[in-house]
Amino acid sequence: MRIALAATCIADTMFPGAPRATVRLLERLGHDVVFPPGQACCGQMHINTGYFAEAVPVVRNHVETFAPVADGEWDAVVIPSGSCTGSVRHQQAMVCRRAGLDDLAATAEAVAAKTYELSELLVDVLGLADVGAWFPHRVTYHPTCHSLRMLHVGDRPLRLLRAVEDIDLVELPDAESCCGFGGTFALKNADTSAAMLADKAGKVRATGAEVLTAGDMSCLMHIGGGLSRQRAGVRTLHLAEILASTREEPTTLPPARVRETEVAR
Amino acid sequence: MSRTFLGLPRTLRRPDDVAAGPDEPFGAVPHPQAPLRWGDAFPEAARQTLKNGQLRRNLGHATQVIRAKRAAVVSEVPDWEALRDAGSALKERVMAELPELLAELEENVTARGGVVHWARDAAEANRIVAEIAKAKGADEVVKVKSMATQEIGLNEHLAAEGVAAIETDLAELIVQLADDMPSHILVPAIHRNRTEIRDIFLARMGDAPPDLSDVPRELAMAARAHLRRKFLSAKVAVSGANFGVASTGTLAVVESEGNGRMCLTLPETLVTVMGIEKLVPSFEDLEVFLQLLPRSSTGERMNPYTSLWTGVTPGDGPSEFHLILLDNGRTDVLADTVGRAALHCIRCSACLNVCPVYERVGGHAYGSVYPGPIGAILTPQLTASTGGVSGHHDVNAALPYASTLCGACYDVCPVKIDIPSILVDLRAREVDADRSRRGVDPWAAAMKAASWVMSDGGRFGLAGRVATLGHALGGRDGVIRVAPPPASAWTRSRDLPAPPSQTFRQWWAKEHGRPADEGDDE
Repeated sequence: MRIALAATCIADTMFPGAPRATVRLLERLGHDVVFPPGQACCGQMHINTGYFAEAVPVVRNHVETFAPVADGEWDAVVIPSGSCTGSVRHQQAMVCRRAGLDDLAATAEAVAAKTYELSELLVDVLGLADVGAWFPHRVTYHPTCHSLRMLHVGDRPLRLLRAVEDIDLVELPDAESCCGFGGTFALKNADTSAAMLADKAGKVRATGAEVLTAGDMSCLMHIGGGLSRQRAGVRTLHLAEILASTREEPTTLPPARVRETEVAR
Repeated sequence: MSRTFLGLPRTLRRPDDVAAGPDEPFGAVPHPQAPLRWGDAFPEAARQTLKNGQLRRNLGHATQVIRAKRAAVVSEVPDWEALRDAGSALKERVMAELPELLAELEENVTARGGVVHWARDAAEANRIVAEIAKAKGADEVVKVKSMATQEIGLNEHLAAEGVAAIETDLAELIVQLADDMPSHILVPAIHRNRTEIRDIFLARMGDAPPDLSDVPRELAMAARAHLRRKFLSAKVAVSGANFGVASTGTLAVVESEGNGRMCLTLPETLVTVMGIEKLVPSFEDLEVFLQLLPRSSTGERMNPYTSLWTGVTPGDGPSEFHLILLDNGRTDVLADTVGRAALHCIRCSACLNVCPVYERVGGHAYGSVYPGPIGAILTPQLTASTGGVSGHHDVNAALPYASTLCGACYDVCPVKIDIPSILVDLRAREVDADRSRRGVDPWAAAMKAASWVMSDGGRFGLAGRVATLGHALGGRDGVIRVAPPPASAWTRSRDLPAPPSQTFRQWWAKEHGRPADEGDDE
């Protein structure tokens, strides 16, 4: 398959490991990956903060960049994020229509129809559960809200993880509870966000996992930021980074901040 | 009676949003003048309530219990999704045909001997209730738990008119005795644990047994004895309504304790205050909602008491029945094609119980009798004509932002109100209302700049390359622990990873070696 990658703005600039792993994984599975360079962002941040007018050019850029998928130039668009895929599927056309841009809305819908979150692409489109990965570590999985409740990915990510060789997958208690990120919510309601994060981080630590994984870098940035502040010794990796890992080319664990003593601080 | 109102050693004050002082051991929130707009804006109010460890433990425990109960009884209904669809479709029909259905309801209630009153706003509704009570010579009315009367501040209005309103729902009684405000639609005293309740009863009930313990059964028995005297002496009862059936003029109240049945049948006069959106077209439609409501709200298969009445019946129940149809901002909400779905709400409160924000901050942080996700979309709309959703000067303007948009509320809503989408829509209305404001809004400026950068691959690529210059900020650990505002809101409780030394698109250009992929950077 010829698959166009929408890297997401946050991963492109802050967490390149996630889209790199997506490329590595899909190429290993024998697919052609293209990165349309005109891409920037799906517009979700603007939309969810209420800036629809400012979102329009961002959405237009995304839709026009990925419009070739609707004409069959690529077979699919993959996004390593549940939240951005959710915005593409449920928000972009609405914002275009509000702005009176019905043609753009129609194109947005056509692009959205061929856009998949990573686990959806692997399981539903490529028909895989075992992607031939090897990752000999204790891992827990946080199902991000938008992948769970906007996309209804269900247990697809867990099915993929369970098939990883030598993985020690442990269940996260209260997994479906939001981590408190919520985009600009984390800034506008920083105290409430921090209270939610404290509970989520506590549950993650209780699992004894070395690695917390999820399908969204934004949520991982949030939970990971909390775990790092606590010196919890738990690393965060995107689902793609685990699925891309093999014996020949293992994904190395990022450095974990060990618990520092008061003296050391 | 009015002098020793509810056994309190003083008359019920109406303080103007003053904080509780040392002589207010229980009143976390004294009665505000505006039940739909009180206290600080959400972020600050939440900051205060988050400090209350007792509240967070009480809420965490209570919401967890109700969530589990609901999930269990919902999962055993094979056609639950079809029921939700039916409930949603019925409510959509009600909104589309509201004027006709209301006229039909009025006609049928009148034909069965009831009196229908129309109240444009809270003041009109309160005046009508007070006039009826005074015409009957009542200095005391018993009340069935009702959100509509909370919304209009009826109790405070009646108190000012010399009529004591006695809440007879157990939790509502606890809140009233504590001179507090409800913090949940269904379980208004959810923020109290049983030890606090024992203390409130002992201090405020007046006739509580002096050796009262905090065993739930003992607490309930104390309230029961206290209330029984009220039921037997009251001449006037005030209720809300869960449903009003247009085709028959039948009103319905759904409850658990039987106090509602007492109020609806014992007094000579019954006054019901009902929001105009509470209609269902025909009697059969109750079938759908009477399945959806108890499972969603209390997590019960069926609620213990469902009272239905149609006008008056000589020799059976109240001999006089008044129905007050309350607008109070609802027709304004109805005019909004997206926001109007908030009127579909049947007040089950399932959205509160699953909301991760509500679970942490509690109901008082929302500054409205409607807290939680439904409150975040209902309150600002109901108060729109008085300043809500019209700019950042109104505290209610912060409510649509009081959510991470996690979507748990939408999943459990028995009438499928897409709360996250309405929240986003209200945020957009908020932002648009602010556009005409003078001065520089830092959020608007940042969003505008971000829009320019993020709407072009070349500009975004360049911004990413500039950001990599900040890679060194992370030091050896690769994290930023302290950052200047606005990023300080993040770094107060979380580390921020430093930008990578290479963006994804830089890596791609290098690895996949197609210079065209760098785009029109130059």
